[in-house]
Amino acid sequence: MASSQSSDAFVEFDRVQKSYDGETLVVKDLNLTLPKGEFLTMLGPSGSGKTTCLMMLAGFETATHGDIRLNGNSINNIPPHKRGIGMVFQNYALFPHMTIEENLSFPLEVRGIGKSDREAKVMRALNMVEMGSFGKRRPAQLSGGQQQRVALARALVFEPELVLMDEPLGALDKQLREKMQFEITNLAHELGITVVYVTHDQTEALTMSDRVAVFDDGIIQQLDTPDKLYEEPQNSFVAQFIGENNTLEGTIKEIKNGLALVQLDDGELIDCNPINVSKPGERTRVSIRPERVETNPARLTEGAHTLKAEVLEFIYMGDIFRTRLRVAGNDEFIVKTRNAPDQKRMTPGEHIEIGWLPRDCRALDA
Amino acid sequence: MTDATANGKPEMLTTADGKPLKAALIRAQARARRRAFLLVLPLLAFILITFVMPIGQMLHQSVYNPGFVMHEDIGSGKRTPIMTNLKVWFDENPAGTEPDEAAFAALHEDMLLLRELRAPGQVGTRVNYERGGSRSMFTKAARRAERMDPPYKEAFLDVDEEWADPELWRVMRDASSAYTFNFYLAALDRSKNADGEIVSVDENRQIYIKLFTRTLFLSVLITFLTFLLGYPIAHLLATLPLRYSNLLMIFVLLPFWTSLLVRTTSWMVLLQSQGVVNDALVGMGILGDDNRLQMMYNQIGTVVAMTHILLPFMVLPLYSVMRPINPSYVRAARSLGATSWTAFRRIYFPQTVPGIGAGALLVFILAVGYYITPALVGGADGQLISNLIAFHMQNSLNWSLAAALAALLLAGILILYWLYDRLIGIDNLKLG
Ligand SMILES: Nc1ncnc2c1ncn2[C@@H]1O[C@H](COP(=O)(O)OP(=O)(O)OP(=O)(O)O)[C@@H](O)[C@H]1O
Ligand SMILES: [Mg+2]
Repeated sequence: MASSQSSDAFVEFDRVQKSYDGETLVVKDLNLTLPKGEFLTMLGPSGSGKTTCLMMLAGFETATHGDIRLNGNSINNIPPHKRGIGMVFQNYALFPHMTIEENLSFPLEVRGIGKSDREAKVMRALNMVEMGSFGKRRPAQLSGGQQQRVALARALVFEPELVLMDEPLGALDKQLREKMQFEITNLAHELGITVVYVTHDQTEALTMSDRVAVFDDGIIQQLDTPDKLYEEPQNSFVAQFIGENNTLEGTIKEIKNGLALVQLDDGELIDCNPINVSKPGERTRVSIRPERVETNPARLTEGAHTLKAEVLEFIYMGDIFRTRLRVAGNDEFIVKTRNAPDQKRMTPGEHIEIGWLPRDCRALDA
Repeated sequence: MTDATANGKPEMLTTADGKPLKAALIRAQARARRRAFLLVLPLLAFILITFVMPIGQMLHQSVYNPGFVMHEDIGSGKRTPIMTNLKVWFDENPAGTEPDEAAFAALHEDMLLLRELRAPGQVGTRVNYERGGSRSMFTKAARRAERMDPPYKEAFLDVDEEWADPELWRVMRDASSAYTFNFYLAALDRSKNADGEIVSVDENRQIYIKLFTRTLFLSVLITFLTFLLGYPIAHLLATLPLRYSNLLMIFVLLPFWTSLLVRTTSWMVLLQSQGVVNDALVGMGILGDDNRLQMMYNQIGTVVAMTHILLPFMVLPLYSVMRPINPSYVRAARSLGATSWTAFRRIYFPQTVPGIGAGALLVFILAVGYYITPALVGGADGQLISNLIAFHMQNSLNWSLAAALAALLLAGILILYWLYDRLIGIDNLKLG
């Protein structure tokens, strides 16, 4: 990634830093390239700088250092109203003194679009989010989900190429959120717009995005497609943050042939996939997804290391079984198994043997 | 009226024990209502006694002046009807009749009673309200009444030729009934001529309409100036980080905590012709020493001092509507393609209108009735209608005229309030 001026770059953050107070860097060193038409999600814990990044892109904050480019042109010197970026705010920011129609008509009016054209576009945008019959109401007369859809329609009505959304679904209940997630991704793909989406809900990030940027501490910890992010986390923060995860602590014994031999703190040895560990003697955190743990030793490859485990709790969840084990001194080791006809249902107190493919067991930084 | 209510009556809802639901509801709420009413009762009584009653009294006074018909002894409080004989003559003869001997005889009879009651001054004053120079005629005539002989007409004319003036008789006829609208006429620079027709008073005696117009104009100007100054301050207050905005708020409120007199006097110190501002201008060579600006004891003084004093009443309502306006509205507008000016005009400003309305109404109403500042710094030119009301209350003691002026002022404010309600809507008002 030496040359960031790649031809398909639509949005580019180039070594961007941001500080509000001159003492701490909220955004440390942001490099991000976004091709046209991509749906990128910024995911990260509260205070990790996601909104700050959006605000810099939209033009309401200036980068302390570095360059942000849109279509190859630096936008640091373009005022916000000339950037042509649609934005959905966390609190929707629908103008309370205007009707829904007036809200949608506003961006068209300031662009000098004629009345009949305006009305047609407003109607089309409202129909797109199935709010066609609400045009005459005020924002306060709509439910949260309806307001959200209007905010979306308003951000899209002037046909921007880039749309930014800052936790737009945060205030909705689960069911509505799922429906809206689906609608937003559909719309984005239909219209071919580029979307930068901010959330701290990881399910949302995984289900909606083409790529996800995991933020923490002002830097991108990992930028990948959802499946890569889930299955191949590059460090222990990402492994912990995305999905459920079992962690065992230990020390690297040796690394060879792409396999790391790890001695867990209780002395047992396991084979792991070395990710960001390099030399013997290093502390490591081994991470295994609960659904990749094998409880039937017969299904493991020959010679694979296994661990002894004691069943502490068995939870029946319908589609899956969730079993809590004690493994190598860790009482919170979770195993998820599919509710298949031949699947054994374990009982607390039972002693079993577990194992996994070395590929699924990732040795990460401690 | 077809199916469900076949017998024409809707089915009555009842409670579980069969009582009508509505009656039960009313009974259930009655107790709560009684308690709520008891809670507001003290305030209600307070307002009735201190506010509604005095205003009613004032309105009554503006159309009622018994100076010509009733005497009340200050010591005993005994009330005696006076000028009764003349009243009888007025009732028997239509307006415009030339006063004959019978009229003067009645007048003589009444004068004797006045003399006895020591009340000629009171009656003279009442007539004097509408016809200058009449008071002394009454006191003089009453003094001579005992020594008068018929024919009384000549006797009175002997005392003063003016007793034949038809204008005087017109005024006495009007004054002979306690209820009159003449004070309102006077408050509008009108009076009745000898024939009882309503005419404007002499050009050089027209003051009230001019003062009303000036009061209205200056109040509008002051309201506008406070808006002009207050809007940016309120905006700054609402958007600055808290520790700065608190400091600024103290600066806004500081004048509030200073006595009105101190504030007004400090403006005198600043603006008078030997004051700080003039001295500074002269010192900088901008003005010659002999043509210092006259900024005090005229309208400029009134406007400057009142704008300053009333500014917080504009800033606070504005601040209270601006504070909760989320900055993301303007940001949204900007991201939707509006320039910062359009975003202000179309998005920010409309949301502050209720505060502007409240502030403007507050400042305007206060300004219209303002008294002390114009009295101190206004000179002759910067007086407002309240100063004249005060003058009639305290100096000329023509309370009825003062009441009429005050009632007109009240009516004017109510009309403006009504207009405001029609144009902007009173429920759009946000005082805080
Ligand atoms: N206007 C500001 N002035 C000073 N500091 C700020 C400002 N806005 C944000 N910060 C700080 O910058 C950091 C990042 O804030 P940001 O709003 O970008 O977080 P976020 O990732 O959007 O968090 P959340 O998920 O809670 O919305 C926080 O520590 C915050 O305190
Ligand atoms: Mg945020």
